Amino acid sequence: MHAPDGFLNAGTAVATGAISVGTVSLALRQLRQTINEKQVPLAGIAAAFVFAAQMFNFPVAAGTTGHLLGGALAAILLGPHMGAIAVTVVVVVQAIVFADGGLTALGYNVLNMAIVPAYGGYGAFRLFRRLLPATGSGVMAATGLAGLVSVAMSAMAFSIEWLFGATAPVSFAQVFTGMVGVHFLIGVGEAVISAMAIGAVLASRPDIVAGAADLDIARIGGERRIPLRTFIIGALAVALFLGAVVSQFAIDGPDGLESVAGETGLAKVAQDHALDTSIFSDYATAGLDNESLSLAIAGIAGVMIVLAVGWGILAAVRDRGGDRAAT
Amino acid sequence: MTAALEAHALEFRYPDGRMALDGVELVVDRGHRVALLGPNGAGKTTLALHLNGILRGSGSVVIGGLELNDENLAEIRRRVGLVFQDANDQLFMPTVAEDVAFGPANLGIDGDLLDRRVEEALGRVDAMALAPRPPHHLSGGEKRSAAIATALAMEPQVLVLDEPTSGLDPQGRRELAETLRTLDVTMLVITHDLPFALALCEKSVIMDDGRVVAEGPTKEVLDNENLLRRHRLEMPFGFRAGSSPG
Amino acid sequence: MGAGHAHALYVHEHSLVHHLPPQVKVASAIAFVIIVATTPREDVWAFVAYGAAIGSVALFSRIELRFVLVRMLGILPFIAFASLLPFVASGEQVDVFGVAMSRSGLWAAWNVVAKASLGAATSIVLAATTEVPDILAGLNKLKVPALFTSIAGFMVRYLELMVEEIGRMRVAMASRGYDPRWIWQARPIAASTGALFIRSYERGERVYDAMLARGYTGEMPDLRRRDPSRRDWVVGSLLPASALIVALLARVIT
Repeated sequence: MHAPDGFLNAGTAVATGAISVGTVSLALRQLRQTINEKQVPLAGIAAAFVFAAQMFNFPVAAGTTGHLLGGALAAILLGPHMGAIAVTVVVVVQAIVFADGGLTALGYNVLNMAIVPAYGGYGAFRLFRRLLPATGSGVMAATGLAGLVSVAMSAMAFSIEWLFGATAPVSFAQVFTGMVGVHFLIGVGEAVISAMAIGAVLASRPDIVAGAADLDIARIGGERRIPLRTFIIGALAVALFLGAVVSQFAIDGPDGLESVAGETGLAKVAQDHALDTSIFSDYATAGLDNESLSLAIAGIAGVMIVLAVGWGILAAVRDRGGDRAAT
Repeated sequence: MTAALEAHALEFRYPDGRMALDGVELVVDRGHRVALLGPNGAGKTTLALHLNGILRGSGSVVIGGLELNDENLAEIRRRVGLVFQDANDQLFMPTVAEDVAFGPANLGIDGDLLDRRVEEALGRVDAMALAPRPPHHLSGGEKRSAAIATALAMEPQVLVLDEPTSGLDPQGRRELAETLRTLDVTMLVITHDLPFALALCEKSVIMDDGRVVAEGPTKEVLDNENLLRRHRLEMPFGFRAGSSPG
Repeated sequence: MGAGHAHALYVHEHSLVHHLPPQVKVASAIAFVIIVATTPREDVWAFVAYGAAIGSVALFSRIELRFVLVRMLGILPFIAFASLLPFVASGEQVDVFGVAMSRSGLWAAWNVVAKASLGAATSIVLAATTEVPDILAGLNKLKVPALFTSIAGFMVRYLELMVEEIGRMRVAMASRGYDPRWIWQARPIAASTGALFIRSYERGERVYDAMLARGYTGEMPDLRRRDPSRRDWVVGSLLPASALIVALLARVIT
């Protein structure tokens, strides 16, 4: 997902860059206000943890492996602001130092890989915490669900950016179904590993989990552990359910969103060069019939992400307890 | 003459309620090297963190006649150089030279004066060659020397070393003892490496359960087998304090 | 992403490029990449010129081209993605060696490959001529907040330690016959991830103590100050300036 230079058009790069800079500045300001200087080395070492955790491959099926993305996990462990900044630092250093992702792609890479998963994941986490019991298992389940949702949101965010800034004639619908579909599966791995990792931390140092700061530490140790199988089946079920809901939008289209290629597309591409004023990339909505539906899906996904991220940021800013209190 | 380091009635309770320090009394005279011995969990590291006010319990800490309080925290930290057990915790800057410069730079020293401080401190542990090197790829002994230099750069009156021999091979231990002996500074050496204590320190203090339980000349303390056994300490097999090189 | 990230990025040399103040190099690299990314893909020869430009900087810095090319393998996934474009994309089809491909798909593939390679090559040359702490100091001089660059500094310092720790965990697991193939066997990996976080957290606390012990008051001292001269800025602007000229020429000619 480390998109290279020129992957999306300049306008999208600038717009996402502005959003990213704004959000990260806010996070830095919050971090400076809510914590003491102790957190500087901690945040840095936590960023190294995220970077390293991304290199820790876990098995998925029949010997294939995946790796953690870690945005939601970092936000839940460290608190959303520090989590978002830690993952942002990882993405920025990967681009500048390791040539992983383009310098001019940093706007959307930071947005998709750090801000949306960290704040959006945290927003989802807070929501699930409300619905689930206030126990260690509740925190684990909420973490898993937040991990799944954060990965799906990340894929949706990328698809929406593609709608505005595509550089290749692949339609929004294709990108959306492809990206979101694949990422629901990736999200199952993310959910399982995130939940189990939180469980491991809760088992020996419940006091350092920011997202469980409200729990009575003494009680967590005595809880019964939920079998891994239950988690995986649960995560798969949720992924399938969400995937079905999302794909329903696509299938319900008047003539199938996937069949964008063909005559309509050709007509559209020919038309594009004359009509260069649309704010949506001409490619991304190729196929006039589908344009309104594409926009509707993009709009719903966009509103979802903005709500989750906004709720995450709000919850984080309002509730200082969400960040690691200085001890 | 005032003592270099005094701790009186130091008490500290961990957040979980355990007593880490339970009325510690300790005096280290100026120019002396004192070993602080004791089993794991005796409270040695916790005591070290009290000596420059990183942890604050009840009781008093006096460094060179100055009693630690909120106002003089910075001066106390300058007077007490702390060398942590894991050198990786102490060497957090990109290069050894920057790590050594970190302390004096925080004191407001800069420019040529700062460079001279860095050279001097590295020179005292014979580690000038390490200056430009990044800390991760140094050997255990090199890391230890660099860590000591970071503390020396503050020109401390007392150097407190926490398990300085951990992770060193026998030769590294011997070289470390030689280096430390050349330093003209009061030292409190926390260790459970008894031969090392014997080689370096004329006086030893045994701590257990958050209290100082014995003190005396190192040879005498280490010759008292019952005392050692009571506090989970033992000399290596076949090693006797009286017969070892001092 | 891949293994072996954390070393052999910097090539120790004494070239003019190596000795430029880092903020000049970082600014120059960013400006160059912006020009590359905004050049219309139809200006094919402009990209060739850009490649020659960044290649000359590499040669001038006495970095072997092979080093740059090998490190560029990191963009392979995107090359793979790009190579699919001519087949999946819609639009007018053209015949390439008997295979029908989308014309705009081909252009899009070229666009991704050209810009991704040039962007990666630029980052690689920057990192090969500038030590990471200097890059961070340079970013700081370019108004990236000190809080951000300090955090990045700690990350870089402890990254390798963390990666080694993961390596040891893997060996420990493998030596006890752990060879997972399915996700329901992943608990030990998740548990290790949790353990790694706890260790990171505790190290964070100890490093902070070590900083306090040496008089830290919340500001990292600035030990890498290098104020660039006007000449440094002139030298640094050579790369983006020549790219800009190329870009403008390409617009005029095509």
